Amino acid sequence: MNDNKRTRFPNRAEWLVTAPSFLWLALFFAVPAVIVLAFTFHGHDASGGVGEWSLSTWRELVDPDYPAIVWNTLRISFEVTLWSIVLAVPCAYAIARMSPKWRSIVAGSIMLPFWTSFVVRVFAWKTMLHPDGWLQACYLVFLRVREWLFGWLPAFLQKALVLLGVASSGPVDPATSTILDSEAAVVLVSVYTFLPFAIMPIYTAAEKFDFSLLEAARDLGAKNFYAFRKIFIPGIRQGLVSAVLMVFIPAIGSYVIPQMLGGTDCVLIGNKIFMRAIQNRNIPHASALATLMAVSVLIPIGLSMWWKKRQDSRDRRRLEEQTARLMTSSMEGGVQ
Amino acid sequence: MKRSMFSVFVLSAVLAFLYVPIILVVAYGFVPNGIAMTFFASDGSFLGFTGKWYGYIFGGHHAVRALLESFWLSLIVAGISTLVSCVLGTTSALALHKWRGRLQSIHHALVYTPLIMPDILIGISLLMLFVACGVECGFWTILIAHVTFCVSYVTMTVLARLADFDDRITEAAYDLGAGPWYAFFHVQLPILLPGIVAGGLLAFTLSIDDVVITSFVNGAGTNTFPTYVSSMTKHSRNLPSVFALSTLMLIFTCVLVGLSKLITGRTQSKRK
Repeated sequence: MNDNKRTRFPNRAEWLVTAPSFLWLALFFAVPAVIVLAFTFHGHDASGGVGEWSLSTWRELVDPDYPAIVWNTLRISFEVTLWSIVLAVPCAYAIARMSPKWRSIVAGSIMLPFWTSFVVRVFAWKTMLHPDGWLQACYLVFLRVREWLFGWLPAFLQKALVLLGVASSGPVDPATSTILDSEAAVVLVSVYTFLPFAIMPIYTAAEKFDFSLLEAARDLGAKNFYAFRKIFIPGIRQGLVSAVLMVFIPAIGSYVIPQMLGGTDCVLIGNKIFMRAIQNRNIPHASALATLMAVSVLIPIGLSMWWKKRQDSRDRRRLEEQTARLMTSSMEGGVQ
Repeated sequence: MKRSMFSVFVLSAVLAFLYVPIILVVAYGFVPNGIAMTFFASDGSFLGFTGKWYGYIFGGHHAVRALLESFWLSLIVAGISTLVSCVLGTTSALALHKWRGRLQSIHHALVYTPLIMPDILIGISLLMLFVACGVECGFWTILIAHVTFCVSYVTMTVLARLADFDDRITEAAYDLGAGPWYAFFHVQLPILLPGIVAGGLLAFTLSIDDVVITSFVNGAGTNTFPTYVSSMTKHSRNLPSVFALSTLMLIFTCVLVGLSKLITGRTQSKRK
């Protein structure tokens, strides 16, 4: 068995066992990806087909629409990730501190909503966010508070805040400021959808965390929050990284939620891809947008891999140093 | 211990946040006014609950025929793609577990990348493939797409099970004169079965719930349950029937999970 693992050239058995999934995924995952990339270097013709080889598609991407949409997508995904993590950390902490029996009950009940169809849950939200509902009233209060908070700032600062999505661009008008068909609805329901995917990895990391470390820190005089920040957060960082990826990546690719709840106010890359691919049949543009999306997903993944590698090498170096110190001290002991 | 109280408070709020829509899904199944989705008449009086949407579903009423058809299509697609992806995923996991050559590192990349890519990219790239080959989108393209995104999940689940697998057991089977096929079907497969079943369940749930990929490759007129629901505008008169059907599905899943818990619990206590 072990010799097999070191064989450099695949033998017949290996080909036979690998072939089904390999060929399937090569044909239906790798080849399509190449086709998408190839289509971006084509123009489009009027009948919705793919035209000659050209760079016109990439040139057309400077269309003022597209950079704004990419920026919006990144900003909203970031916002959704931030809210999910902020809510997930205390939840994971609370679950990890429970007795094992309660842990499995609560962890299970966090995943239970997923037994209802995703589309149906979004539909339920759509009905809840109806302009006559009580959530709309809450939203108006929220907008008023925000207006009051930022209204006194100079105009250029307000503009910057609008660009960041923190402030609204105009005065609050109850007739037009509906929570349905707004960015707020998209963020709210995205957090609702992705939150369990943030809680689970953090909880898995927190479960392994040794909570007596926190008590030790407190005994040494650390304040509660200081101990939490300096001991607990670094202790669960692996879970935090996977939680960020679990939320950020699907948020970038999100298309159903903005389509059903965002109205015309909130169009993300996903919606634009769907529009270009299905509705107005501009295949090269859809391909180019998909390529942009793939790049914006690969960057955080690459970063996290690089970070993990660095952490690993740092841990290894620390271990080596400790070992060296231990060895030298024992040798010194031997000399004495 | 102040922080602990705070985190418990956040946890309760989050649980409420997660459950309110589910409770409403159940409630909306009994709404009498299917257009405005409300329990109240225009003068504010309470109209009460109605069971007529459940009647429509069980009676196969013509108003919900398209919905029920899309639901059956979803079940068929999920069933077939689960079976196919279980076979592909199991062979894939076996190959990845047993060999460590260059072929397997490419294989691993092929299996792993679909897991970290947003669904929509799988959808659009498959659509591009079908466009490039001139294939008409319909039932078969949906099936291909579902198998494609399910395989990786099954592989990962089976691979996790294989990590705990003691390779010496198969070696013992070989030593006792079993051929590779016999050893696989009589020794390895029974041990791996729980992992394959878990992967299959995951594939089934993902397939029956998928809307993003399906909406790219379904073509005109072929709708699974999720794409049909998302295509229903807010002016649909039969929206409560969607919620009623979802409630039935929820009850069904709960019963199923409860039963499986009961059975595993019983076998575990038997073993003790």
